Amino acid sequence: MENRIISLFQRKDKNILSVYFTAGYPNLNDTQAIISQLELNGADLIEIGMPFSDPVADGLVIQQSSEIALKNGMTIHLLFQQLKEIRKSVSIPLILMGYLNPVMQYGIENFCKQCSETGIDGTIIPDLPLEIYEAEYKVYFEKNSLSNIFLITPQTPEERIRKIDACSKGFIYMVSSSSTTGAKESVGNEQIIYFERIQKMELNSKRLIGFGISDMASFERASNYANGAIIGSAFITALSGEPSLERNVLTFMQKFQ
Amino acid sequence: MNYQSDNKGYYGTFGGAFIPEMMYQNINQLQNCYLEIIESSTFKQEFRQLLEDYAGRPSPLYYSDRLSEHYNTHIYLKREDLNHTGSHKINNTIGQILLAKRLGKTRIIAETGAGQHGVATATVCARAGLECIVYMGEVDVARQSPNVEKMKMLGAEVRSVQSGSKTLKDATNEAIRDWINNPVDTHYIIGSVVGPHPYPDMVARFQSVISEEIRVQLKAKTGRETPDYVIACVGGGSNAAGAFYHFLNDPDVKLIAVEAAGKGVASGESAATTQLGRPGVLHGSRSLLMQTADGQVIEPYSISAGLDYPGIGPMHANLFITKRAQFLSATDDEALKAALYLSQKEGIIPALESAHALAALEMIEFKPDEIIVVNISGRGDKDMETYLKYYQSLK
Repeated sequence: MENRIISLFQRKDKNILSVYFTAGYPNLNDTQAIISQLELNGADLIEIGMPFSDPVADGLVIQQSSEIALKNGMTIHLLFQQLKEIRKSVSIPLILMGYLNPVMQYGIENFCKQCSETGIDGTIIPDLPLEIYEAEYKVYFEKNSLSNIFLITPQTPEERIRKIDACSKGFIYMVSSSSTTGAKESVGNEQIIYFERIQKMELNSKRLIGFGISDMASFERASNYANGAIIGSAFITALSGEPSLERNVLTFMQKFQ
Repeated sequence: MNYQSDNKGYYGTFGGAFIPEMMYQNINQLQNCYLEIIESSTFKQEFRQLLEDYAGRPSPLYYSDRLSEHYNTHIYLKREDLNHTGSHKINNTIGQILLAKRLGKTRIIAETGAGQHGVATATVCARAGLECIVYMGEVDVARQSPNVEKMKMLGAEVRSVQSGSKTLKDATNEAIRDWINNPVDTHYIIGSVVGPHPYPDMVARFQSVISEEIRVQLKAKTGRETPDYVIACVGGGSNAAGAFYHFLNDPDVKLIAVEAAGKGVASGESAATTQLGRPGVLHGSRSLLMQTADGQVIEPYSISAGLDYPGIGPMHANLFITKRAQFLSATDDEALKAALYLSQKEGIIPALESAHALAALEMIEFKPDEIIVVNISGRGDKDMETYLKYYQSLK
């Protein structure tokens, strides 16, 4: 079957809005509702976070949402159950994002197979480096038509960016600054210089910029230099509290219309 | 069999470098240059000189008459407690600060559990004139307050960590996050043989001076270079790595690693990783890890802050799986009892961590002509509050 991430980028080249949320937060069974509301309100791509007890690449907001999600009882098993019927109602690409250990314990081969059966299009596993992926895991991901997305940062040397570009299917996740998630709330000049540097490299892969994208201004600024941007911590902050999940998603997404 | 890591940092199936891309530059740089730097003659000379003049090495190998008599065998204590800053941790921090200087880094971060590694890091940073930030779990800040005060006096900033179980694992998470946010000017001095390659191998090399000295000292005292047993406690496993290092390929030397059983291995409050863990990935390497069926890390428990960690270094995971080392575990009570015994029979107050190694003496049948070396990894000053409480409870 055609990978929805690849067809998304074929259809839409600019201002792709990708939204991350932690599965199991704020409540255990909000997963389907959040996905549906996001699609309804204009998200192009959704990254579903699989919570982990020790998320070292994440700042406070995602740490806390992960902790609550785990307390609520979220597991990869349960997440696949919640997503079982998702392709009956949702057509935008879905990505699972999380740390390696829970995926490893689930079983990599089984995980990839479940992703494929559920209609998941890609994965982001920050602590699975390119070299280990290529040597040990790639075969299972490719067998199930999963795009495993790699990150680059302002520190990534050009030679390595070229290597990541050559191995990427789907898109490259450009981390906007040297930081954990949610550490900055804006896109500054230092980031722009980095975005321009990458733009000039004329990579084959599509690019989305994440980390520090929190509102329309930062989204637009980043999108000028890539195919779109990713919002995580800011969305999670907006999810909690009154009045309701639906209203919270709507209010948040309206900022990006 | 080779018990050292290969060039990708694997000890058998354990080790490697499972790091997010944000850490790639720093880890890659270390991987590419650590051996060249630490094996260079100028580095070696500076390192040796500081170990001698600043840390007070070699640390004595002390024959304990009274323990030997009690256990009817020959027991030597490797006195890492007599090092400057009170534990073996200084061996590694001296090495890593020299490395950081050569890499041009100006800011040092570290995690600490018992505070011994934090103090050892703050100490070398003071001497080197580098900024020092130490992450320490809130629980440990409370239970090891003398070390917190020492770090502050040495000019370090101690950041109390509120996440998770607020102990060593969480302090390590926070230090990794700091490094991700400060990739250019900062070097992370990891305190144990954990973390992504090259840390486990690098820290083991810096600590290997312990077993190097044991061989020489034992030869001088007994005519034998190798003992029958080497006993050391294991949290992450740096003192054990150092004490085992030069005996790994002497199959006649029995290596005994002692984990913290906490309130009992089956009590749900324990840190005995080899008994309770399965292979998994945490803090950048694949090792044995205490975790739920879903791969979430289980919060460990031990009365000893330095052993209160849900994993062990990949080198030790491999020693466990290959059966090269035997893993035992001592409960809080067994460790407290052993600490009191050593204090009253030999006039040496050991750290709570080291007391776990001493507790293993009760668990093994020694022959009268055997030679046992117990690594006393640190002194007990920092644990006086815990010891006093225990001592009063016996009255």
